[in-house]
Amino acid sequence: MSEPLLELRDLQKHYPTRHGLLRRAGAPVKAVDGISLSVQHGEVLGLVGESGCGKSTTGKTILKLTEPTGGSIRFMGEDITRWSRQRMLPLRRQMQIIFQDPNGSLNPRHSIGSILSAPFEIHGIARGAELAERVAALLRMVGLPPEAAQRHPHEFSGGQRQRIGIARALALRPRLIVADEPVSALDVSIQAQIINLLQRLRAELGLTYVFISHNLGVISQICDRVAVMYRGRVVELAPREALFFDARHPYTRMLLAAVPQPVPDAPRRTVSTEAWTAGESALLREVAPGHFVADHDSPG
Amino acid sequence: MSLLADAVARAAPAQAAGAPVLRVEGLGVRIRTGRHALRALDDVGFSLRRAETLGLVGESGSGKTLTALALMRLVETSAIEIDRGQVALDGVDLLGLPERAMEDLRGRRISMIFQEPMTALNPVISIGRQIEEPLRRHLGTGRRAARDAAVALLDQVGIRDAARIARCHPHELSGGMRQRVTIAIAIACRPDVLVADEPTTALDVTVQAQILGLLRDLQAEMGMAMLLITHDLGVVAETAHRVAVMYAGRVVETAPVGALFRRPRHPYTRGLLRSIPRIARERPAALAEIPGTVPGLLALPEGCAFAARCELATAHCVAERPALERIGPEQAVACWRHQHV
Repeated sequence: MSEPLLELRDLQKHYPTRHGLLRRAGAPVKAVDGISLSVQHGEVLGLVGESGCGKSTTGKTILKLTEPTGGSIRFMGEDITRWSRQRMLPLRRQMQIIFQDPNGSLNPRHSIGSILSAPFEIHGIARGAELAERVAALLRMVGLPPEAAQRHPHEFSGGQRQRIGIARALALRPRLIVADEPVSALDVSIQAQIINLLQRLRAELGLTYVFISHNLGVISQICDRVAVMYRGRVVELAPREALFFDARHPYTRMLLAAVPQPVPDAPRRTVSTEAWTAGESALLREVAPGHFVADHDSPG
Repeated sequence: MSLLADAVARAAPAQAAGAPVLRVEGLGVRIRTGRHALRALDDVGFSLRRAETLGLVGESGSGKTLTALALMRLVETSAIEIDRGQVALDGVDLLGLPERAMEDLRGRRISMIFQEPMTALNPVISIGRQIEEPLRRHLGTGRRAARDAAVALLDQVGIRDAARIARCHPHELSGGMRQRVTIAIAIACRPDVLVADEPTTALDVTVQAQILGLLRDLQAEMGMAMLLITHDLGVVAETAHRVAVMYAGRVVETAPVGALFRRPRHPYTRGLLRSIPRIARERPAALAEIPGTVPGLLALPEGCAFAARCELATAHCVAERPALERIGPEQAVACWRHQHV
């Protein structure tokens, strides 16, 4: 197999805590606590888990939007773990992020045209008529009319703003996109439009996604492989079908059992919060080809 | 829940198919904004029987939360007016009651829980005190009896070590525990109707499953009717007995839950069901989309509000708005083209 696009080894992000009057150092919060994963060119890797499991922090750490406190990140064959902001700058063209709430990342005072022009200007890639043509092409690519360039973010619906967020992320044709809950704030009918758009763009542009979501239906639709996270660690990593239909870790099974199904005669279930004990080590055991499970003591 | 309780929960509405405990008819809400008056709710109607859960479903802006707030009489301001319709609780029209009488009913005969439990709880008052409050106010329960009742209620909503938790403050509890506490407050006076507005939307999926199970158990025990507002069709499928689907301030379809998921009769309902990504071995190359977006209230069309996004729409749909039409004993749809769906 060729070298992966992205490789995480024992990645950690610990946050220090301070307690009491003397601000004594407490036990650090281990938001990401030893994650090892690799992402192949062109694949969609899902990161799934409940709030506080560390999936978003993992996404931000991959892009070095926040600095790791341990472990290593290899991207396009280089160890970028200790790269400075300055050194990272050219690499930013290759790795981009899409957020849950495009509102928070689109400046309300700027026109869509100026928002989408910024990446080209910052990297000195295009200007004048060529720049306008690039912006129009981006808008077409995400299904918006070229006139959108003259308008401002508040004139668009949530789904349209997410299209603009996607257009900006794709402006410089990155290889890797971290999509952090990109459809969670959207209504179901709009969610489907955006998922389809992301799938189409991936095929057309040969993109690689790290797709973060708490929604297992969305993960099932878009991902090739899935990593289930719990308390800063990966507890199970498997190809999509194996994860959903042959889950081995009790936490994965509990998560899957809890998803309410939109079907007639849906079972009215009670989810037992099975107790299990997480193993000490963050190491995963391969139980089938490509299917890895963390150590645990099963409830039996 | 046990199999028996499960069977009871499913069968209860059929046995109690008497007069509805809550009947909403022709409900309309108008919002004045500067020069305009918007019709935010138009001709909303449904009924709710004892021990029955009605799922009120729709996307953002469809008017489902406004409907709940209107029937609780919690929306009226100088700009928002309930200008049409009836909300009958056991035959008494709530919209005609003076505010004092309404205050006496809220929390006693009709209660509400919200998406964010923290906003419903007072951060500086102990959990126990907040549960005692409706008991003392509405039922005149004495201090000591109310304190015991609060602990019993915490126990009933599945909180272990209830006596200790009663002395805690909201910030000391997890999101799921807090939602259990607001449920304890809401059911303290054994209301006839519980209005639950996205009660599990802010919770993790495993906690959501527990809270939905709790609501079903409480309903089976107490026979209360429940109006469950949600955007999540999975939640509806496993919790509701009947469903009302809202779009652009109107009810466009009502049906028993099984019928709705087996054969939706409104093109919007069908589109919603098709667009949900599902966990399945075989996945579609692309999800079915509903094109376009929900129309704004300022730009509601003459005819059917869904016509612009509807693959079945004809000139008739664009010209004239269809009324909710009864098409079966428990089913109604507002669509000129429902026979083609």
